[in-house]
Amino acid sequence: MSAEPVATRELALAGASAPAVLPQTGRKGEIRIANVVKIYGSEATGVRAVDNCTFDVPAGKITVVVGPSGCGKTTLLNAIAGFHSISSGTIHLDGALLCGPGRPKADPGPDRIVVFQNGALFPWKTIIENVAFGPMMQGRMNKKEAFERARAMLAEAGLRNLEDHYPGEISSGMRRRVEIARALMNDPKVLLLDEPYRALDSLTKSVMHEALLETFDRNQVTIFFITHDLEEAIFLGHRVVIMTTRPCKPKKILSVDIPHPRDYSVLTAKRFREYLDETVEAVHEEALKAFAAGERER
Amino acid sequence: MLLGFALFLAFWYLTVEVWKLPRFAQMPGPTTIITEWLSSDPTYGLSIYSPEYYQHIWVSWRRVSIAFLLATATGVPLGLFLGWSQPFKEYVFPVFELLRPIPPLAWVPLAIIMFQGSETPIVFLTFLASFYATTLNTMLGVESIDVSFIRAAYCLGAKRRQVFWHVVVPGAMPFIFTGLQISVGVAWFSLVAGEMVSGQYGLGYLINTSYTMVQYPTMVIGMITLGIVGYATSAAVRIFGNYLMQWRTRELGMGGDK
Amino acid sequence: MPAPGTLAGQIWRATAGTKFWRGVVATIVFLALWETAARTGISRIPAPSAVAVTFADLMRDPGYWFSWYLSTRRVFAGFLAAMLIGIPLGLGMAVSRAFYGTVFPVFEVLRPIPPLAWVPAAIIFWPTQELSIAFVTFLGAFYAVVINVIGGAQAIDVRYYQAARSMGSSGWDIFRRIILPGTLPSIVVGATVGIGIAWAVVVAAEMISGGGSAGSMGGAKGGGLGFFIWNSYVGGSYTQIVVGMISIGIAGYVSSALLRKLGELVTPWLRDM
Repeated sequence: MSAEPVATRELALAGASAPAVLPQTGRKGEIRIANVVKIYGSEATGVRAVDNCTFDVPAGKITVVVGPSGCGKTTLLNAIAGFHSISSGTIHLDGALLCGPGRPKADPGPDRIVVFQNGALFPWKTIIENVAFGPMMQGRMNKKEAFERARAMLAEAGLRNLEDHYPGEISSGMRRRVEIARALMNDPKVLLLDEPYRALDSLTKSVMHEALLETFDRNQVTIFFITHDLEEAIFLGHRVVIMTTRPCKPKKILSVDIPHPRDYSVLTAKRFREYLDETVEAVHEEALKAFAAGERER
Repeated sequence: MLLGFALFLAFWYLTVEVWKLPRFAQMPGPTTIITEWLSSDPTYGLSIYSPEYYQHIWVSWRRVSIAFLLATATGVPLGLFLGWSQPFKEYVFPVFELLRPIPPLAWVPLAIIMFQGSETPIVFLTFLASFYATTLNTMLGVESIDVSFIRAAYCLGAKRRQVFWHVVVPGAMPFIFTGLQISVGVAWFSLVAGEMVSGQYGLGYLINTSYTMVQYPTMVIGMITLGIVGYATSAAVRIFGNYLMQWRTRELGMGGDK
Repeated sequence: MPAPGTLAGQIWRATAGTKFWRGVVATIVFLALWETAARTGISRIPAPSAVAVTFADLMRDPGYWFSWYLSTRRVFAGFLAAMLIGIPLGLGMAVSRAFYGTVFPVFEVLRPIPPLAWVPAAIIFWPTQELSIAFVTFLGAFYAVVINVIGGAQAIDVRYYQAARSMGSSGWDIFRRIILPGTLPSIVVGATVGIGIAWAVVVAAEMISGGGSAGSMGGAKGGGLGFFIWNSYVGGSYTQIVVGMISIGIAGYVSSALLRKLGELVTPWLRDM
């Protein structure tokens, strides 16, 4: 159980000739990102958001991606989710090709569900209608079954009695938790969280963190989490990937060896502080570079 | 708030009836109007007691309703599709935009030529104006929906058609209703224009004829009535919208917490 | 392939995409349907081919252009008045609660009365028909401008005021440097909408009031474009009606586009959005 951070890794995966199926590790939700490049605009004049980015998202674990604003973290998430295409490189999910040569954009689907930064609970549907939405749309459950299961999920997440309210009527913290419940209803392989707690105050955030970890302990779903908050990253993550400034690639990958289940006492642990120091140093370096380059936040 | 009305009425009253300023003296003053409007035996034959009054209101109201409902029934679906399907928009929108700058009243003569009778051209005019406003606002409504909602729906496994019904249509509703309120206003605007130029009965017709017959108090009564009915229909649309979108009223009632 | 920045480049980009050609196809289909409807007698509508011929003839007729001049003059008079009165009024209402409370209710009560309903009253009141038509046009644009100005001023983030105050700005300074620029985009929107409405109203007003005092000039083609249309109808030249309609459409579109361009020049800070 070493506390040493893992230095920048070069995974020797060939780019264009990657095999379509890689050896499986057995658990659901493993993502392999290999030599991904994303250029917005033309090859010559466009913005290179992601350049030769390679790292793994292990199954059943929480991987947090941090880095200065404007680097390609969200681009990667969007590529995995199927909202954007990639310019080159490959992304595999559980051995199957998500996107790559000949298929630059994946299709969004319930195996990789996104929880959005500003929340995307449908304001015109009640909480329970929101949570039951996925299975009902996919035709996997009829309304009665879906509602029953939704009720159970909400109760599990400690959100009983909210079902007939509208999202506009409950607090933003509760809305995030409902959104996660809505995602989990579909047994996704991966949960993609795009700075979900950014807009919340720090008190609510700490409650959200504990709730997320509780949920994770119950479900063991793979989580791909993007944030700016370094403490949040180390507190939540099994693995923290620190990105360089644009064009984005992993600068350092930290393996956080603090055992789950974690609670807030972790924050004062010596090991936590050590991880945080390393992370801050690495990110700060990149942030200075970004600042000097005068790039506008995207 | 009442101060404003008081000042306005006072200004009107003074300039017309008391000081009898040169141009103003030819207009009817507020007391004349009110007495006429409320009298059971009006000098010019029209007050709240005369059945004709209500006939005019009814005729105008009926025309607006038909035109507005038709415009909504055609405009909302068209706007939804224009916003949702890029190819559809590329085909249809240019033609739509080509015809839009032509003001409603400019259509009057053509409408009279194209349609039989005296009712249809007027309703057509009103329909046109209303249709354009509704379609445009609906389309903009669809295009203004936060893309996160649409993406979330696809993530959750919804297919294109389901996303349309469950996300796009409800999501565009607030914009659609704002558009409908504008549309009602525009409908009255065109209706009055049409009535003034052709047709019998209706508030626009009333205003025009009472003007030509030098029955000025009646003319102003017509104008005021128009304002009231116009306001009432707009409010009715708004209230209906609030009823349909309970989630919005409740959200706004909570102060719209983000 | 022409370079992006040049005019040739812009034209190339505009015409190279499917979007442009789809629009063209749809327009051609529309014109074809129209022509068929006219020829087969389904409707008594004049055919686009006939309209085009009349248009060509009219372009050589000074009376036609005189109508343009009259209508444009009226529109601008009304529009300018709407801006000169509407902008200060709107700003005043946004700045002073008392003023808002006094004026807005009256404004809202008068607003549902369509401008055209004011035409007879305006004719009675104003000494000349020109003024009465301009007045009605003014009303049409006025409401749009005021509503947009109020909305724009109210939307200014309150923190700008706080920042200015903390830096010691006076009331007048705040007005000049925060409220005015902050409301400028909304003023532009109000103006663009307002001028569209102004054209719609002018046409109607001209039709109703029979062309104005200049109506006898230039024979049947004087008195503004609205009168021109009405007269064409009365005189039975249906193709001219359509020409008139198209002319007004062009006029309205061009004025809105010009205003929008002007607006962009005046609000350079919005350009990057």
